[in-house]
Amino acid sequence: MNTDMKRRVFLKGSLAAGTVGVAVSAGLLAPQAVMAAWPKAEFEAKKMGDLGAASGDINVKAPDIAENGAVVPVTVSHSMNADSVAIYASANGTPLVAQFMGPGAQSEVSTRIKMGKTGDVIAVVKSGGKMHHAKKSVKVTIGGCGG
Amino acid sequence: MKMTKYALAAVVAFSASSVAIADGHGNKKATDTSPAEDLAAYRAYFEKRHPDDGAGGKPDFSNGVYSILADARSQWENTEEFPPYEDMVAKGEEMWNTPFKNGKSYADCFGGDPAQRKNYPMWDDKRKMVVTMELAVNECREANGEKPLKYKKGDMTRLTAYMAYESRGQKVNVQIPNDDALAAYNNGKELYFGRRGQLNFSCASCHVQSSGTRVRGDTLSMGLGHGTGWPVYRQKWGDLGTLHRRLGGCMKQMRAKPFKAQGEELRNMEYFLTHMSNGMEFNGPSSRK
Amino acid sequence: MAKKSIKVRAKEKGGVVTVKALMNHPMETGLRKNKKTGKMFPAHFINEVTATIGGANAIHAYWSGGISKNPYLAFDAPGKKGDELTLSWTDNQGNSESATTKVK
Ligand code: HEC
Repeated sequence: MNTDMKRRVFLKGSLAAGTVGVAVSAGLLAPQAVMAAWPKAEFEAKKMGDLGAASGDINVKAPDIAENGAVVPVTVSHSMNADSVAIYASANGTPLVAQFMGPGAQSEVSTRIKMGKTGDVIAVVKSGGKMHHAKKSVKVTIGGCGG
Repeated sequence: MKMTKYALAAVVAFSASSVAIADGHGNKKATDTSPAEDLAAYRAYFEKRHPDDGAGGKPDFSNGVYSILADARSQWENTEEFPPYEDMVAKGEEMWNTPFKNGKSYADCFGGDPAQRKNYPMWDDKRKMVVTMELAVNECREANGEKPLKYKKGDMTRLTAYMAYESRGQKVNVQIPNDDALAAYNNGKELYFGRRGQLNFSCASCHVQSSGTRVRGDTLSMGLGHGTGWPVYRQKWGDLGTLHRRLGGCMKQMRAKPFKAQGEELRNMEYFLTHMSNGMEFNGPSSRK
Repeated sequence: MAKKSIKVRAKEKGGVVTVKALMNHPMETGLRKNKKTGKMFPAHFINEVTATIGGANAIHAYWSGGISKNPYLAFDAPGKKGDELTLSWTDNQGNSESATTKVK
């Protein structure tokens, strides 16, 4: 009820003010440099990387049952000093979905991922050179990898 | 299989409930109870049937099935962070602000105010008919020499999405001012509770007697609150649709021939079902699965 | 290409800026079949996202095609009201977009 009220009020305010940033097609990043940095091997791996030990300092928020496997909201929060935060979908053909670095990866980060079938969403936090993880199982009835 | 399940659920829920409304079997007649009694019985029935929103609170009944499914609700709230209908509301605003060829505009028909939700559906006593917001939009267009818009999707939903958006927070307050209006209401009520189609279902079989139960991939929403959130953006449609578009879809599920959008039957049904949301807030447009 | 392809909002509270963004992108994994042609849709996905607040790095992310179509990203980072937030993405085909907004 409360959240809903907020949502409605927020939306009304934000739409009026114009939430849309100005998009420019000239990017700030040089694509070549990016392609070189993108960790291809990790993203194309069929297996998950080092997950480290389970940690109570990490929380993965994801639905029990996905309304739509193509759009599964995931929020990872933690209280560690993180070098990076990775999100895996355990049952996907290539499980690594995202890696986050920098100040924005320090407390809470949210995105939406595709899940082809029922499996775990696993968050891996790298801190002090070591891996730590937490997971949440998500039941998928309509898979999201066909499109 | 499915039929038996529904029939059973219907009988059990109906005999156990205090819904003092015609059940379409001739046991009771639509005229047996007044609109005020219907509203009170309907509310009490759903509040008793669904005491919980799935997270330990009370359901708000104004957000469809998300009112009782906390897990689905949090996913829905995430969707509404950047509502898929946002640009469509903006398109509707543009339509509202664009004059017709004769120089007049929607504002001239609607007293300058797009926040019209609270006025519809309304009883027009001169013409002895229920006027919905969509109908009023097209009557405005035609009075100004413009072609009417389609009633189920497209530009109509853009404009009504904008009007609904500007009306958020207004209370549903459908008035039934006299006996002629009451007859239209009772007709809507009969259509809602009347069984039809190859499966011999009524709207109430699913949305009253079986609300909260699962059918294929869906949990059935409660009839209470069905009038508040239109138009709706459905993932399945990939677009906005009007209430009458959805009702047509439900009638197809009943294997019944859908009534025509904005025909007398659906306008009367809208009159009844929106009345049953009296006191709740309009909160359209909304998004759904 | 200069369409509203990134929607972004940034709100500050107690020195923490909450950023929420929605990007327009097909996010094709390269593993989805085009039913008409029987061929796979070529991989086409955002693989890098960066954001700065007041010129300082706020987040840096690498993605696969496992992120949903029209990607959503929300995060918290330090900053103050009035700071300029810039969010940029680059995809595997070398396209890029960026959007700027003021922190509220
Ligand atoms: C066979 C069961 C069934 C019958 C009968 C049925 N519906 Fe539905 N209806 C559904 C399902 C399933 C949905 C989608 C899930 C939901 O929101 O309830 C739905 C959705 C709706 C919605 C949208 C609710 C929302 O919040 O988005 C409305 C309004 C509605 N039905 C009205 C009616 C009316 C009026 C009738 C009679 C003409 C009717 N339905 C008959 C199954 C049914």
